[in-house]
Amino acid sequence: MANTPLTRRELLRSAALAGMLLPAAGALSACATPAGDSGASQAPTAGATSAANPLGIPQDKPLEIVIFDGGLGEKYATDIHEPLFKSKHTGVEIKHSATKEIAKTLQPRFASGNPPEFVNNSGANAMDLGALAQDGQLYDLTALLDAPSWDDPNVKVRDTILPSAIELGTYGGTFNVLPYCNTVWGIWYSKKLFDEEGWQVPKTWAEFTGLLDTIKKQGRMAPFTYAGKHPFYIYETILTLAAKIGGVEVLKNIDNLQPGAWNAEPVITSATAWQEIGAKYLMEGTTGLDHIQTQLAHNKGQVAMLPNGSWVENEQKDTTPEGFTYAMFPLPDFTSSDAMPYGTVHSRPGEDYFVSAKSANPLAGVEYMRAMLSKDAAGRFMELVSTPTIVKGAGDGRRLTPGLESVAAALQQAGTNTTFFRFRQWYLPMHDEVAAATGQLMSGRLTPKQWADRIEKKAAEIKGDSSIVKFTRT
Amino acid sequence: MRYHRARFVAGFLALPVLLYVVYVIAPYAQAFYIAMTNWRGVSATPQFIGLENFRRLLDDSVFWRAVAHNGVLLVLMPVLTIGIALFFAFLLNVGGTSGVAGIRGARFYRVVFFFPQVLAVAIVAVLFQQVFQPRGNGMLNSVVTALGLEPIGFLSNPDIALWSVLGVLVWQAVGFYVVLFSAGMASIPRDMFEAASIDGAGRVQLFFRVTLPLLWDTIQVGWVYLGIAALDVFAVVWVMTAEHGGPDSSTTVMAAEIYRNAFQYFRFGYASAMGVVLFFFTVGFAVVALRLSRRERVEF
Repeated sequence: MANTPLTRRELLRSAALAGMLLPAAGALSACATPAGDSGASQAPTAGATSAANPLGIPQDKPLEIVIFDGGLGEKYATDIHEPLFKSKHTGVEIKHSATKEIAKTLQPRFASGNPPEFVNNSGANAMDLGALAQDGQLYDLTALLDAPSWDDPNVKVRDTILPSAIELGTYGGTFNVLPYCNTVWGIWYSKKLFDEEGWQVPKTWAEFTGLLDTIKKQGRMAPFTYAGKHPFYIYETILTLAAKIGGVEVLKNIDNLQPGAWNAEPVITSATAWQEIGAKYLMEGTTGLDHIQTQLAHNKGQVAMLPNGSWVENEQKDTTPEGFTYAMFPLPDFTSSDAMPYGTVHSRPGEDYFVSAKSANPLAGVEYMRAMLSKDAAGRFMELVSTPTIVKGAGDGRRLTPGLESVAAALQQAGTNTTFFRFRQWYLPMHDEVAAATGQLMSGRLTPKQWADRIEKKAAEIKGDSSIVKFTRT
Repeated sequence: MRYHRARFVAGFLALPVLLYVVYVIAPYAQAFYIAMTNWRGVSATPQFIGLENFRRLLDDSVFWRAVAHNGVLLVLMPVLTIGIALFFAFLLNVGGTSGVAGIRGARFYRVVFFFPQVLAVAIVAVLFQQVFQPRGNGMLNSVVTALGLEPIGFLSNPDIALWSVLGVLVWQAVGFYVVLFSAGMASIPRDMFEAASIDGAGRVQLFFRVTLPLLWDTIQVGWVYLGIAALDVFAVVWVMTAEHGGPDSSTTVMAAEIYRNAFQYFRFGYASAMGVVLFFFTVGFAVVALRLSRRERVEF
């Protein structure tokens, strides 16, 4: 009897001790550092294939879709793509979610080996595709390219999309990212304003600066602006003009981190030209304004033109005044001996989607992409969010907004004369350095030569850094 | 009885200590480990690379600029905040004409001064983006242009941006320290002020000879808090400035570089190395601050 309280106390103590240690051990192993599970590699669990199900996806396993809730919203997924997928695979349950913070939401799931099947990796907080590719987290999408297209079983998916999309979606030799949209850059203006004022779209640099002078003299609005807080908007323009002057090689050298690529003459010429525009024609305060503020000023008629991508019309749809009539024009000829002809545009497949290699049901993710790439899905997407896609001819016969129509016309005019650069996605630290330096270039704190030297230094640093995986394009 | 009490105390402490170990100590320990790997955040098998990250850190000019900015904030933010807060608190408590009561409307001001503290930091940052608008119609710039001057690029001029950040940080912190110092002053016996003013002490003498020495403990605590806050500055810089710490890294701070390297460049190992450095800076600061400000305590 005398022993009883003691044993009870001991029991309590050991229980408390166990209670202290066990959860601690459990919590530790579930913390930030990844634990075990390194191997789970690509294992396509293909079932029986059929005409309706050429990839042979299991009809009883769920498919998780994560959409970036940004400029494009999530409606296109819930209203167009998901129902279309379901129409052929009624048994597959779709778990849909949307977030503005892709990396924060998903990074822990990748680290713990439980990623969602399908990810729309986009926005300022997207995951680093280079890092994901390096770790074998991206599902090989070659099967998608070789699969019959959704619309016509006799045509492969590969032949229904822009070839540049395949190039851009290839990381480390494998096509494993699907860039769905086709973004086109140019100088945006209000067609209504230009028509009223009798201003012509400039085709040469002299016409361009002449137009800027006219607007400046008139004094009712500023001639030009760009999103000063995000100098990407203007370095994009500088690089596209450089490519137009010197040819596609100029940007390839830059992407391949060639020494001297930034000091090449076309790049310096272009930087000098835009720096001059910056010094003479910018809207007051431009360097401190972001894209929303400058676009709003544009809508309000405080500025005549700004460089932007084809998403702008959709992004501004709530603030664009009636009859504004967005339109864009390609960069004017710098001299008559430019390497690329008039009409050359920066056109680049973007808005990345991938299937997680280590997810439970990757094939369903691939099948979902196949649905996205149908003409019907792409066309309705284009109407809904005013953004062109990589699906050829998806806009045919659709009712397009004025801005989108001018984008389509510009693309048609450009034909094969398109350019793009890839270092922004490949080497984010380099993008940040180019952006920072370009901001300084535009405010006159760096000469074009100093600007180029600074970026050259960063490029050399990245090239010499063995911890960063290098990419090349040919 | 003594044994029972010890058990009683231990029983109460076990849970908090456990939570502390799991959620504070363990992640810290992990950060030290991650700092010695090349982990990119998604891999299941990070590679151990020893002190390589720290060696790279030595050559990282942006990081050292960030350290320098933290240094500037570490010196100026506590000085300005404590200075202004002391001044306001003194006026609110003993600054009245009689010398023993606050100025008229003290209660009202106390509430007003506290307002910034109530706002979330991110909201403050967005608010000040508007205040600092670079165009002539911006809140501050409309005053500047009314004076016939060119609009100032508060956040777009790299020579000015850091001062704008400092201004926001001080603006936000002052209110809390006004309240803290007011509480400290309220606990100083009234008769001390009365005795001093009967002896002919003016407001300045009251402040330096009576208030300051008796408030020293409170100020010291405020100093350490503000110093740590200055080393930890993040949200205001990240949300308010261009390029998250720009333009051209002119406002970046250690925490911003950690965030950028971890969540934008996906260099978790390298970012953890920065975190480890920041940890030692913070601990070092706390030790130094407490050492330096140790002073005879006035009993009352």
